[in-house]
Amino acid sequence: MHDVLPLIDQSRAQGEPLAVATVVRTYGSAPRQVGSKMVVTQGGAMAGSVSGGCVEGAVFEECRRTLKTGQPKLLTFGVSNEQAWEVGLACGGTIEVFVERLDW
Amino acid sequence: MIFDTLRQAIATEQPAALATVVAGEQLGAKLLIRPRSDPLGSLGDAGLDTQVVADALAMLDAEQSSVRDYSIAAGAVSVLVESYPPPPHLLIVGAVHTAIPLSSCAKQLGFRVTVVDPRAAFATRERFPDADELVIEWPDEALPSLRLDRSTYVAVLTHDPKLDDPAVRIALAYPVRYVGAIGSPKTQAARRQALREAGLSDEVLAQIYGPIGLPLGSKTPAEIAISILAEMIAVRRGKIGELRVAGAVGR
Repeated sequence: MHDVLPLIDQSRAQGEPLAVATVVRTYGSAPRQVGSKMVVTQGGAMAGSVSGGCVEGAVFEECRRTLKTGQPKLLTFGVSNEQAWEVGLACGGTIEVFVERLDW
Repeated sequence: MIFDTLRQAIATEQPAALATVVAGEQLGAKLLIRPRSDPLGSLGDAGLDTQVVADALAMLDAEQSSVRDYSIAAGAVSVLVESYPPPPHLLIVGAVHTAIPLSSCAKQLGFRVTVVDPRAAFATRERFPDADELVIEWPDEALPSLRLDRSTYVAVLTHDPKLDDPAVRIALAYPVRYVGAIGSPKTQAARRQALREAGLSDEVLAQIYGPIGLPLGSKTPAEIAISILAEMIAVRRGKIGELRVAGAVGR
C-alpha cells in the first residue's frame, strides 16, 4: 500500500477518480505478495505493481474499464490461462487480482 | 469514508484491517476493522461481518493478509483481509557496543529504533547515527512513556541488573511482541529470581527470550545483532514455535 499512497493522496485531493488493483491470492512462485497494489487514475497515471511486470499491461486495461463501468472484477493470471503467451507469468505462478474503483 | 479512516490509521500508525468481498454476493463490499473500535462498513451480511471481524483481528495480530472462503445464506463468498499493522519498533535498552550494529541492521529491516540509556556518554548520535530516537533516561522512567504494543520489540542489553531488570519488568507489563534479555544462563536465572521476588509469575517470566538471540554461534557484536534480529523475525513471522520444537531456541 505504501508505494501507491502518494498517487492516491494526490488524485483524491484533486477529486480525480482512480482504480485499485490488489493481489488477492498467489499460487506457486509469484513475485508480489497478497495485498500488493497497483493504482490507475482517470488521467492514466499509474503507481505500484501486482507482478514482476508481466501482467501490469492487462491490469492497467482492466483498471481503465472499471473506471468507466464502476464494476469490480476478480482477474486470474497464470500459465494455465489461455492467454498465457500474452500475459502469462514468467515465473510459472498464478495470481488473482481484484480490480475496483476507489469510491468507498 | 472507509478509505479516509484507513488512510488516517496508516498515517497515525494505528493497526487496521480491511476486508473486501472479492467473490460472491456484494462484490466489492468493505468492512474496516480496528482493535478497540467499532467496525466500519458491512460485507452485506451481519453474521458474516461478525465472523470476519474475529478472523481479521487475529490476522492483524499475526500481520497476515489473505483470502478466506465463507458460507452464508446467499451462497459462498471469498473475503480478502488486508492487514495494516503499525511499523515494527525496536526498543534497545543499553547503548552498548552490540546496540550499534543492532540499531543499524534493524533500520535495514524496516524497524523504527529507539535507544534508551541513562548514560549520556554512551547514547550519542555519533555512536547511533541510524537510531530514530535516543532517550537518555533510566529505563523505568523512559519505558512507560514510550509506545509498548504488539508492534514493539524490546532488546535489553546493558548487563547491569540495575538497568536490565526494571526494563524487563516494565516491558512484560505491556502487550509487547518480544522481550529479549542478554546474559548467560546464570545471569538469566538470577534475573528470573529477582523478578519472581518482585511479584512476576512464572508464566510471565517464560515470555522472556534469554539468553537473547538465536544460537548462531555469534562472536562479534554484529553477529550477536544478527542473532537477535533473526529471533525477532521468527517471532514476527510466526516461526518461533517451530524453532523451539526443533531445539533451536534456548530458554
